[in-house]
Amino acid sequence: MMKLLLQLFITFAKVGVMTFGGGYAMLPILQREVVENRGWCSEEDLTDYFAIGQCTPGIIAVNTATFVGQKQAGTVGGIVATLGIVFPSLVIITALASIIEKISHLAVVQNAFAGINVCVGILILNSVVKLFKKAVVGKGTLVIFLVVTIGALTANTLPNVNLSPVVFVLISALAGILLKNWGAKKA
Amino acid sequence: MIYLQLFYEFFKTGLFAIGGGLATLPFLYNLSDKTGWFSHTDLTNMIAVSESTPGPIGINTATYVGFTVKGLPGAIVATLGLVAPSIIIILIIAYFLKAFRDSRLVDAAFYGLRPASTGLIAAAGIPVLITSLLTVDSLYALLSGGMTAGMIKWPAVALAVVIYVLTNFVKKTKGLHPILFIAFAAVVGIVFRLGGV
Repeated sequence: MMKLLLQLFITFAKVGVMTFGGGYAMLPILQREVVENRGWCSEEDLTDYFAIGQCTPGIIAVNTATFVGQKQAGTVGGIVATLGIVFPSLVIITALASIIEKISHLAVVQNAFAGINVCVGILILNSVVKLFKKAVVGKGTLVIFLVVTIGALTANTLPNVNLSPVVFVLISALAGILLKNWGAKKA
Repeated sequence: MIYLQLFYEFFKTGLFAIGGGLATLPFLYNLSDKTGWFSHTDLTNMIAVSESTPGPIGINTATYVGFTVKGLPGAIVATLGLVAPSIIIILIIAYFLKAFRDSRLVDAAFYGLRPASTGLIAAAGIPVLITSLLTVDSLYALLSGGMTAGMIKWPAVALAVVIYVLTNFVKKTKGLHPILFIAFAAVVGIVFRLGGV
């Protein structure tokens, strides 16, 4: 049992190190490590876990790791696999963060980040366009998208308003349920 | 007790951020407004570092924010807070896998959640673009002060257009890893002194 847990931790730590960006970038690496090298689940299982991981709360990588770990070694396995996938981030980011803290006052670093911020803005824009194509499939979903975008922008912008995104998440889940049921009755 | 608050805030983020790493951003901008632990600019820099280092973006950003707030223990607490809801929810779903997949209620909820999650990410991204392309501190400053041509940072706009075209329309470059565009933007930023220093 200890050996299996250790294997889970090491395998998912390896997946964490090899993943840049998370989400879809991770799928081929998981296929190689978990399906081919370890034989912990089938290709189909992995696709299922990944699909559910995308539409449940939390980070997709963590959700998938918990699934695979749970299947191998129950609840403890799920926890150990998750700790494995976050371990490299903890080490790498804390090391980098303390270096960046020390050099952030340098002009060259500030100029670099000014350029990088432009790039981050465009990368977020690209992700939004990609998500939009999948999520907005009709009038109802378009209305939800517009209301949430404008509502969240307003809440972020006005200095005295502090509305948590949780509110939008809960209302839109309810709206989804109402829209689907209403549409079903009409048809 | 700052650790408890850190854990609670990231637990909430993990519980309500749906659709992966970028979906955590609106919660982090909200946390910045609420606590003042870090600025919006700090956060944008942290996202850039998180995109350019190994590991899932959502985890990297949580670790970075936690570290900024309270050092290594802060990083650990924030990361554990973020993954705790995932572990709980996935373990429950794993035991009822088939019922979950076939649930019409879950399906209907996600019909509404997907566009909302997209909208939240858009609302987090728009201020990043505005503050990096214009000489204003916030969208609020822009709306209350009005916009003039003098506010536009032309070199930054040119860089934005180049990256947009490279990531969307040029066949040879659009599939490349984001880290390459981030590196390119850093070099342009240094050469053209985009930070103004």
